[in-house]
Amino acid sequence: MADNTKRRLAIQGVAALLQNAHFKGFFTGKIYDGPGKNVCVPGLNCYSCPGAVGSCPIGSLQNFLTGMRFRVPYYVVGLLLFFGALLGRVICGFLCPFGLLQELLHLIPVPKKLRTFKGDRTLRYLKYVILVVFVIALPIAVKLTPFFCKYICPSGTVSGILLALSDRAVASKLGRIFTWKLSLLVLCVLGSTVIFRPFCKYICPLGAIYGCFNKFALVRMECDHTKCISCGKCKAACKMCVDPVETPNSAECIRCGDCIKACPVQALHKTVGERPLGTETKQAEQS
Amino acid sequence: MQIARVLCLLAGGALVVTGILAGDPAAVLQKAIRICMECVGIG
Repeated sequence: MADNTKRRLAIQGVAALLQNAHFKGFFTGKIYDGPGKNVCVPGLNCYSCPGAVGSCPIGSLQNFLTGMRFRVPYYVVGLLLFFGALLGRVICGFLCPFGLLQELLHLIPVPKKLRTFKGDRTLRYLKYVILVVFVIALPIAVKLTPFFCKYICPSGTVSGILLALSDRAVASKLGRIFTWKLSLLVLCVLGSTVIFRPFCKYICPLGAIYGCFNKFALVRMECDHTKCISCGKCKAACKMCVDPVETPNSAECIRCGDCIKACPVQALHKTVGERPLGTETKQAEQS
Repeated sequence: MQIARVLCLLAGGALVVTGILAGDPAAVLQKAIRICMECVGIG
């Protein structure tokens, strides 16, 4: 495993631990009810996870939209705008616990890893449909039902499993909806062993939101076309199937940095604002 | 790009403040401190 991947997995691990630091909950089945849950975390982390110390932004957003009296979710939308404008999909690549879970599953050796397939590009638009239909439109239209959380979100299913393991009352109530969600989770788990982050690529509404910010977020990617030798190594290294030379700020890029590492002439770099990030370190490493 | 970013950051900050004044964090907290039946698959 490359140093870059190891470092990123370590950061993802620390982020996942910090967002789920109520360790007692995993044994007692009692979720955290402190002030941390006033704030939404940037990644997909169900607030019903026994360890969660913050709130899920997608769950919170739907909670506002499903109320019998419509309330504009200023706070949640404001936080999403703020996180997005600062980091874009850096959040997916470095801070999301569900992203980490999928990446760990992708490390499992299977006979064939699937990089792309027919219909892959089209399927990427599904997450925007899910955002509009399941997270926004249906909850507003039907009321009292957070459709994405109820019928799709695998992060909630993981929470359900963890709660059921430590609380028999929860386990006894799991029924048909849980079976449906569990099937989706199993599909996601099996899919993750073969495809890199299938949930992030095709389903995640948070990824759809943050992807819209990639072009102008504070942290971005840049390609120096005067240095680029068009060798294609960056494109080949990208597990999200982005061409960093053509579209360094594609909505699909999770800023993992694998392309930067693969580039033999240091044509690619991350920028914070207008300042290049880490190029000095890389040059120093090489010399 | 810079203008878009600054506008988003300002709008985000303004919305967060508006939300805090409207009591949104309390609504977020109220939902998050109880087990979400829909999320965990109970329905």
